[in-house]
Amino acid sequence: MASLGKIARRTFLFGTAALAGGAAFGYWKYGQPFANPLTKGLAENEASFNAYIKIATDNHITVIVPRAEMGQGVSTTLAALVAEELDVGLDQIQVEHGPAAAAYYNRAAISEGAPVPRFDEGFTAEGVRGAMGVIAKFLGLQFTGGSSSTIDGFDPMRQAGAMAREMLKQAAANRLGVSVSELTTERGSVRHAATGKTLTYGELALDAAKIELSALPPLRQRSEWRLLGQPQKRVDMAAKVTGAPIYGIDVDLPDMLHATIRMSPYPGGALKALDGAAALKMRGVSKVVRIESPFGNGFGVIADNTWRAMQAADAVTVEWEKPAEPVSTQSIFAALDAAFDTASPFHLRTLGDPERALAETPAERQIEASYRLPHLAHATMEPMNATALFKNGRLTIWAPTQAPGVVKMIAERISGVQADKIEINTTSLGGGFGRRLEADYCDYAIRLAMEADGRPVKVTWSREEDMTHGFYRPAAIGRYRAAIGADGMPLAITGSIASQSVITDMVGRIAPLLPIAGPDNTMLDGAYNQPYAIPNHRIDARKVPLPVPVGSWRSVGYSINAVMQECFLDEVAAKGGIDPLELRRRLLKDSPAALGVLEKVASMADWTKPLPEGRARGLAYTLSFGTHVAEVVEIAETADGIKVEQVWCAADPGVVLDPGIFEAQMMSGIIFGLSAAISQEVTFADGMVEQQNFSDFAPLRMNQAPAITVEILQQSPFMGGAGEPGTPPSMPALMNAVFALTGQRMRELPLGKTLSFV
Amino acid sequence: MKLTVNAKEHELDVEPDMPLLWVLRDELHVKDPKYGCGAGLCGACTVIIGNEAVRSCQTALTDVTDNVRTIDGLAAGGTYHPVQQAWIEEQVAQCGYCQAGQIMTAVALLEHNPSPTDQDIDEAMSGNLCRCGTYPRIRAAIHRAAALMRTGA
Repeated sequence: MASLGKIARRTFLFGTAALAGGAAFGYWKYGQPFANPLTKGLAENEASFNAYIKIATDNHITVIVPRAEMGQGVSTTLAALVAEELDVGLDQIQVEHGPAAAAYYNRAAISEGAPVPRFDEGFTAEGVRGAMGVIAKFLGLQFTGGSSSTIDGFDPMRQAGAMAREMLKQAAANRLGVSVSELTTERGSVRHAATGKTLTYGELALDAAKIELSALPPLRQRSEWRLLGQPQKRVDMAAKVTGAPIYGIDVDLPDMLHATIRMSPYPGGALKALDGAAALKMRGVSKVVRIESPFGNGFGVIADNTWRAMQAADAVTVEWEKPAEPVSTQSIFAALDAAFDTASPFHLRTLGDPERALAETPAERQIEASYRLPHLAHATMEPMNATALFKNGRLTIWAPTQAPGVVKMIAERISGVQADKIEINTTSLGGGFGRRLEADYCDYAIRLAMEADGRPVKVTWSREEDMTHGFYRPAAIGRYRAAIGADGMPLAITGSIASQSVITDMVGRIAPLLPIAGPDNTMLDGAYNQPYAIPNHRIDARKVPLPVPVGSWRSVGYSINAVMQECFLDEVAAKGGIDPLELRRRLLKDSPAALGVLEKVASMADWTKPLPEGRARGLAYTLSFGTHVAEVVEIAETADGIKVEQVWCAADPGVVLDPGIFEAQMMSGIIFGLSAAISQEVTFADGMVEQQNFSDFAPLRMNQAPAITVEILQQSPFMGGAGEPGTPPSMPALMNAVFALTGQRMRELPLGKTLSFV
Repeated sequence: MKLTVNAKEHELDVEPDMPLLWVLRDELHVKDPKYGCGAGLCGACTVIIGNEAVRSCQTALTDVTDNVRTIDGLAAGGTYHPVQQAWIEEQVAQCGYCQAGQIMTAVALLEHNPSPTDQDIDEAMSGNLCRCGTYPRIRAAIHRAAALMRTGA
């Protein structure tokens, strides 16, 4: 992996300008395979076939899944890609995350975020995807995000399985003195049908790994798949129903110390004074350590038990430097509002001539609406934590991270230890949602480990610390305007977004020396890149710097723009006197996959059937991360408030590798989105985050969760992701349902501020 | 102080007000109850004491007078508990972090009520948060577990 120092001091350009340079770099990168990181550390009886497969003589088969398992089922689906071609069952293999290595960098994530709409098939796999794309590409970074893992692994992991299978067959042919074409493979063995002789992969492994294939074996046709396309039993399920200690927070090492941290409640604020005397007198407490890091300033308490560390942290006397102009929710929205007059906008796509169309449309056939969305926290169930050991010039880290490459980079920077003496162990993640793309919790653990006299230190954050020190989904204001034609259809739609740039913030944290310029296309994701045939259309964005750290939150910009655009389309439909389904049907008539999910969800929900009094439905559609998703939300009025009864979801990811896991991801994305839409916001007062725990940042609970029905289509010509696309349409579908129920337009989230929900 | 966990007795020298969660996790290395909120809001730390599902983060060690059951003690003789079996059959877990708590709450529910309705499930389970939104499959798994337990499967 290149270190930052070796990268030319150039400005990273995001969006359009990144394409040319990115493509050339990518081409060079693809042409130069990275070293196989498994060749180091093999057992004596073990052979590595490539960066994804190890086979031992005792038939122990290990598949490396170099993506973080954070619930999305990636350890199962990526292993199935290898197993399909290797001819082994998922029950015959062990799945490991593997080391942090450049060989596992994320290529597909890079392909999605380019500022060209995904449905435009003239554009293929180069560019940037989401918040991490460009930097990942330049640095060979390994990360999990952008709903990209299965797309990224689809070819290389099947190829890895096919190559190993052919090497094993060649080794068997050599040993049996027969031709490779006479051999077949099944469940971990090579068989010679004519003689009935069978050799296990373990018996062949050491010889097979030395064989060099003359050409890449062809991959199996979809019709030949046995595992892919079928629901598999998740490889992580047994561990998760037995409470196995698989998460970062469960790391347990000999001689380990337990710590916690308290960082300034003012983002980036300094620590003025620290007195740990009282804390140091408490049972089990060994150290109070000042932390001054690019991520924040504060202190850590090292003890022999997490609870003791947390109790002691409460006993530390600390004085924080308060910012001159403490941020508040009021000041945030005032700054966003002001940006419409002061900041210069960028846009990524214009259809027709929207200004002219608006100018030529009389005022009575125009509508306007303004939307306000809050900051949001990730609130993963597993609070932030990491474990580090600094001993004999080596640094070892255990972390539930989506970005081990970033952890390695900052570890080198903090400790001064060379990269080859740093080991990153990625544990299972108790939720990620984008929060664990950040490295702050690893930074603090490394700093505390450097004060721990060669003993490992596990650093566990309190929930309150986690809630108040996030990298939040940005708040945003959007102003939309439309001209309605004589036929009731939209003639023109324009919109402007004012928000913080996630890219600027994230890259600034990872690579503070690199200046960032150019458009941030994630700010317009969901607005400019939808397949609606609106004759005159343009949405622009204004970057507004604010003293609030922001990051990738499940579906990133789509979580903002899908809400605004899908709600506004409903307003347009109402103004034009057209049913919301019919309006979208007409606008999507040239996009068969989009139309497919729309028609499917309409039939699932029986959209045209009138509902009894007190019930209503809303509809929304979003293409995100390559997957078309249409959702209908049905709500009912009850004596205690609105109840979300049912959600129907039709999704088309092109190819579905595991329908069971895909369905679960859609359900997950929907409940994640509805939680935010109904009750979640992060607000600021006097410079600090107000929300502290699940009492004031509340996810939906069992009694609030709707029934969800998911249908999967496979007509889209490109492969899409699963982890994020369920989220964006869920929020506007609910908001549109509330309008259908109450006649009131919802233009601000969370809805729970003005409406009661049960 | 004495503490019995999954029928195994431990002798402890810790503060009486230390929450059971941290006694289990950091003193006894029993990692299956998880820390989620420290305030009794999320249920990730749920264990069964006697016959009741309790939040171990809100239970001081000194208040524990009965055997503590954690998910580690559920499977007997290498066989999954019916609730675990149902969880596997319905493929419930995603990130899985909350699931030990969910399963323990479900076990306590089914011990009290072998045939819960959807409303019974709502009432018993609404103290256990899941950020991955596995609720629809949890509901299905509880119904399936109830059926498994009734048939003695």
